[in-house]
Amino acid sequence: MSSWLILFYEFFKIGLFSIGGGLATLPFLYKLADKYEWFQSGMIADMIAVSESTPGPLGVNMATYTGFQFGGVLGSIVATVGLVFPSVVIIILISRFLEKFRSNSHVEDVFYLLRPAVTGLIGGAGFSVLLMALFHVSTLSDISMGNFLEQIGIKECILFVLMLFLTNKFKKHPVVYITAAAVVGIIFAF
Amino acid sequence: MKELWQLFSVFCRIGAFTFGGGYAMLPLLQKEVAEKRDWATEDEILDYFAIGQCTPGIIFVNTATFVGYKRKGVWGAIFATAGSVFPSLIIIMIIAAVLNNFAQLPVVQHAFGAIRVVVGVLILNAVWGMWRKSVVNKICGVVAVAAFLLSAVLAVSPIWIVLGAGVLGLLSPMIKGGRAR
Repeated sequence: MSSWLILFYEFFKIGLFSIGGGLATLPFLYKLADKYEWFQSGMIADMIAVSESTPGPLGVNMATYTGFQFGGVLGSIVATVGLVFPSVVIIILISRFLEKFRSNSHVEDVFYLLRPAVTGLIGGAGFSVLLMALFHVSTLSDISMGNFLEQIGIKECILFVLMLFLTNKFKKHPVVYITAAAVVGIIFAF
Repeated sequence: MKELWQLFSVFCRIGAFTFGGGYAMLPLLQKEVAEKRDWATEDEILDYFAIGQCTPGIIFVNTATFVGYKRKGVWGAIFATAGSVFPSLIIIMIIAAVLNNFAQLPVVQHAFGAIRVVVGVLILNAVWGMWRKSVVNKICGVVAVAAFLLSAVLAVSPIWIVLGAGVLGLLSPMIKGGRAR
């Protein structure tokens, strides 16, 4: 398969299986980072920050960014079209029998357990982000008990606790915390 | 043709002025689509959001597809969807080009070192919010924890986890202690 088709196909799959909004694309992107050399898993957290600070949905931003790394402007377009293609088809189909879909008990059954699973999946993506941010490793097995204390970033952990408190105390826009972190990171050389 | 262009430009404008996605778009959508243009009622927009939440894809993009299809059929759906992703495409292409040139600078690396911590916190907060809404009983809790462990520790593909949870949900009424009808 030509590599362009692979790019389209991978984002088509993400578009088809990521249910429940932008963050739901994260676990798929981590899989993609494992599988291809398009971007490193560490880049995903950076892209989340960029997405939270710029207009537009996270999934589209990630597809555009990955596509650009892969093959410039055309790559961006191929990946983004791949991402939205399945949902456009599905929504057009649903539009035709909207009432039936909404009140179908089988649909409700499926989502009864799908919603918590997606919650767990996004939790997994958050775990990966925090491994990278606090321990500078990309998988759990990279942490060895022997040098556990050397690997853990003290500055990062202090910032983590502080931000956990601040984000829950003051419900400001994410952009506020991301900007503050950038300043802290530069001053204290993270 | 004129309304196709309007569909493109209105969703383009909404896409360009909302940060963070998802529910952040709701007020602007209601103003542009329901109040100013009468393309859909406010209730319909809420329905589109609810369905967008539980169908594949991005909620805002799905809403654009819904409204476009309702107004002008398949072509309307395509124009509205293209408009909704257009601003992101342009902005991220520019950022990607710039980031590639500056990513190696120490000052950028220090900034992103701290930003990653915040991103982790933001995801944790989002997961907590989703947990409170989606985990309504013990079975849901077990499924959520299992999905977390399978993906984070065993690196199982999310596709299998999504499919597995969907099938389990479909079968749940047959299992004792399943979803109450």
